[in-house]
Amino acid sequence: MSVISIPDFNQTIPIDKVGVEERVSRLNKRSIKKESKVQALNLALSMIDLTTLEGKDSEGKVIQMCSKARMPYAPMPHLPSVAAVCVYPNMVTTAKKALKGTSINVASVATAFPSGMAQLQVKLDDTKFAVDSGADEIDMVISRGEFLKGNYNFIFDEIAAIKEVCGEAHLKVILETGELETYENVRTASDIAMYAGADFIKTSTGKISPAATQPVTLVMLEAIRDFYGDTGIMVGMKPAGGIRKAKEALQYLVLVKETLGAAWLTPDWFRFGASSLTNDLLMQIVKQETGVYQSLHYFSED
Amino acid sequence: MSDRIDVLKTYKTYVGGKFPRSESDRTYKVKNSNDKIVANACRCTRKDVRDAVLAARAASKDWSGRSAYNRGQVLYRIAEMLEGRKDQFIKELELLGMKSKEAIYEVELSVDRLIYYAGWTDKYPQVFGTVNPVASSHFNFSTPEPTGVVGIIASDTDPLLSIISLIAPVIAGGNTCVILASESNPLPAVSFGEVLHASDVPGGVVNILTGYREEMVDHLSSHMDVNAVLNTIFDKKTRKLIDENASISVKRVVHYDSKNWADDTHENPYLILDFQETKTTWHPVGV
Amino acid sequence: MSEKTKENEAEATANGSPKPTSPNADLKHDFASFWNYSPAPESSDFVEIRKQYQHYIDGSFSVPAKKRYFKSINPATEEVLAEFAEGTSEDVDKAVKAARKAYDKVWSKLPARERGKYIYRIARMIQERARELAIIESMDGGKPIRESRDVDVPLAAAYFFYYAGWADKLDYAFPGRKAEPVGVCGQIIPWNFPLLMLAWKIAPALATGNTVVLKPAETTSLTALKFAEICMDAGLPAGVVNIVTGAGQTGAAIVDHPDINKIAFTGSTEVGKIIQKSLAGTDKKFTLELGGKGPNIIFEDASVDQAVEGIVNAIFFNQGHVCCAGSRLLVQEGIADKLIKKLKQRMETLIVGDPLDKNTDIGAINSKMQFNKINEYIEIGIKEGATIHQSNSSNLPDKGYFCKPTIFTGVAQSNRIVQEEIFGPVLTIQTFRTPEEAVEKANNTPYGLAGGIWTDKGSKIFKISQKLRSGVVWANTFNKFDPTSPFGGYKESGVGREGGLHGLYPYVNLK
Repeated sequence: MSVISIPDFNQTIPIDKVGVEERVSRLNKRSIKKESKVQALNLALSMIDLTTLEGKDSEGKVIQMCSKARMPYAPMPHLPSVAAVCVYPNMVTTAKKALKGTSINVASVATAFPSGMAQLQVKLDDTKFAVDSGADEIDMVISRGEFLKGNYNFIFDEIAAIKEVCGEAHLKVILETGELETYENVRTASDIAMYAGADFIKTSTGKISPAATQPVTLVMLEAIRDFYGDTGIMVGMKPAGGIRKAKEALQYLVLVKETLGAAWLTPDWFRFGASSLTNDLLMQIVKQETGVYQSLHYFSED
Repeated sequence: MSDRIDVLKTYKTYVGGKFPRSESDRTYKVKNSNDKIVANACRCTRKDVRDAVLAARAASKDWSGRSAYNRGQVLYRIAEMLEGRKDQFIKELELLGMKSKEAIYEVELSVDRLIYYAGWTDKYPQVFGTVNPVASSHFNFSTPEPTGVVGIIASDTDPLLSIISLIAPVIAGGNTCVILASESNPLPAVSFGEVLHASDVPGGVVNILTGYREEMVDHLSSHMDVNAVLNTIFDKKTRKLIDENASISVKRVVHYDSKNWADDTHENPYLILDFQETKTTWHPVGV
Repeated sequence: MSEKTKENEAEATANGSPKPTSPNADLKHDFASFWNYSPAPESSDFVEIRKQYQHYIDGSFSVPAKKRYFKSINPATEEVLAEFAEGTSEDVDKAVKAARKAYDKVWSKLPARERGKYIYRIARMIQERARELAIIESMDGGKPIRESRDVDVPLAAAYFFYYAGWADKLDYAFPGRKAEPVGVCGQIIPWNFPLLMLAWKIAPALATGNTVVLKPAETTSLTALKFAEICMDAGLPAGVVNIVTGAGQTGAAIVDHPDINKIAFTGSTEVGKIIQKSLAGTDKKFTLELGGKGPNIIFEDASVDQAVEGIVNAIFFNQGHVCCAGSRLLVQEGIADKLIKKLKQRMETLIVGDPLDKNTDIGAINSKMQFNKINEYIEIGIKEGATIHQSNSSNLPDKGYFCKPTIFTGVAQSNRIVQEEIFGPVLTIQTFRTPEEAVEKANNTPYGLAGGIWTDKGSKIFKISQKLRSGVVWANTFNKFDPTSPFGGYKESGVGREGGLHGLYPYVNLK
């Protein structure tokens, strides 16, 4: 790999809001029917980071969620399992144990999630604890306050430092786009994260509204495309929060397909940070198979 | 006193801010209403038409780019200059056979008409421009812009007032023009060229030719670099010729039916609008 | 990057689960090998298309005087869709008489408010039958259903809705003047937006109190006759709207009819000039909406990804059958390579095919004649030494007239493909260094309909917009239309405006 030259992040890359939203709305008009729909529903299911990130999380809840991750719908055992479960650091051991023998990853949020309002050392320790507990993936948050101040070097260095602590674990960098306000900011933050070593860039913590939106995701996918074009390095994408319906999931997949292409249409390069999405995908899959519209009463809520 | 020999004036054309003779070097006799020869006027040819259109085109960029305020001031300046030479024009009209009272009325109304249009330059875009409430997230507005080079075929009646009534709305709107002055009464038009020259009108904005109409109308109305034609001649054959010629390059054509140039229908902004194009600009609205 | 990586990728994608961990050598994106959309055809089974259609004159369907008919082809299947009456001067005369009678006896006597209510009715009925009209438009003209459904038909309804409201408010439209209708209007419309152009013509004409005789294009007459049904359903008085079908001869009969007060034409500059000439020496008013060769100027500081999208909208919308298409791309040098690379990438995701499939981006070329013309121009471009690039991802259907999205680089301003309107999905790309040069190239054409400017700098937009000699300037967007927004050309792109308040002028005499 040739030496990667790091761009000047102060140089704003102009993005036209209306144009981005028009592009999304045009992509939303793709009609996904029949086989392509079944294929996409299964694909989306396999891309889920099944997530629980609440103060009241218990080991019991995590274990139940892991069980759902392994076998999303017992009557249809051939369905794919989800890509990962996503938990707080102190639940990693529990999840890891519950998923033993599967290929499902355990992702852990870290770095004083969700606000990121802590000293670097605290964040590094938080990350190290999660990694040592067995986390395969780390979902870190950036310091939005520093970002909005224009302190881009701070953001870059922080991500690079966390990446180092991650070791083998994949690093997903959460931009918390709902606090960045403009698409230009989202683009800059994406670039900083990628150049600093992110394996994935991720929209949101799920604790701030708006969480993931399709226009934000498109901007990030385009950033990934440019980064790939400039460096030859693939980076993954994870929209998280607010994606509840199968239909939306398919729309996201269309965004990925038509922006980055087939290579990114795999759980290795694209994830959904979601929980209730799983059951809606399952309902649609069952509907496709049986022809009968489904009710949530028949699907386990874990 | 009576011994003094009057100095007679040579009437030339007004093209590109200069006063050339016709390239043909030919003239024709101008008579007054008593059939008395009063002057020789240039008998311009198609080559003079060509030169005048070139001059008008060359002046177009600067004139159309002037601020509306500036164009208003320039028009006002023309009025001031004309006011200062009132006596000259009154005499000239009298020489052509007009009664003194009529001549005074025509000159004074001409000044007032210039002032009328001077006042419109920075207002007609407000009256005829629009902000259009489109359904999408776009800011959308329409503004009038000058059509470009206008060929004017002037009237034989009220020779000063008519030419001012024709020129003023055209240049107030940022166009430049080439005028074929009245064939029978060209003198006030040429003298008006001197007024234009003495005011702040850039050379080439108004170009005035004299001569036989039928030797020039065809070339003016077919010229590919003329964007519009304003015609005051009633004759059906002439009108048809102009219309047909215009179709070669999709020119805009306006025929005026007026016989009474003192009529206040000649003071209205819709006459400016005749030689305006509407430009509509769209832009997204978003942070 | 190694061959091995490429192989791995291919292998992985073949089994449906691609797992490339490192990129292929040329960093190309693969948009085609995995998860392709299944066909999603819009069902047309509820659409009723008769074998034969008559003129619509004086409130009823009327057999043509000479009893001759011509066939209309579905350009996507090359099958005959229906037969239409061939309009002769007798038919036109009958229609004009009906329009005159309706104008004198009914329409000009109707209170403006009631007139408006009829137009509102029409707007609503178009909305009610929107899907049907969209399907017919796609079958008849070849345009993708996504566009007929989302653009043509809703906009057509919106134009009627907008102008309906003007009917009783005309006193406020022209300060200091009173508007009077001109009388009977002859209207001739093109095949690229059949129903929408009909709306652009009929809505303002009726709102201002005129009656009309309209001739749709011979390859796309169907929605006009469906519109005739709507007029009947709306109870519009007989003769207010008359539709005569036919080709150029029929149009000429309308232009030449002595009892028509105004001609409105949308079509080629060539025909526009003929019409203007035919009208010479008459008192008929006219508006012309003619051709274009729109410049689309991309500056270095533009939002690149949105600009690429804008370029696609500018030239590939409606197969490039758009008079205001951005068919000449002018790119600032510093950004040219990057932009063209992105454009080529984007072109790979354009789906060319069945107009009725909801996923189709580019449908069928409207007619065999136009198909041949576009292909001729593509050959001319190659002969002129330009470099051609066409998208590969979408296989063209075996039947029907389809054309791949095409761009030409290495073109000169003097090339015919740069100068002449192709009216197809063919883009020429030139570069420039300074804004002055861009403006010069942009304006260096007899046309002046529309242009695009892409830059993040507001002051630059206004400056360049002022300098462009064209009736519409799309800044950081392209090919947007709205009933409130005036549309029309400078120079040889036409005379007069359609849409918005300005669109009322051509249909009134001001007293």
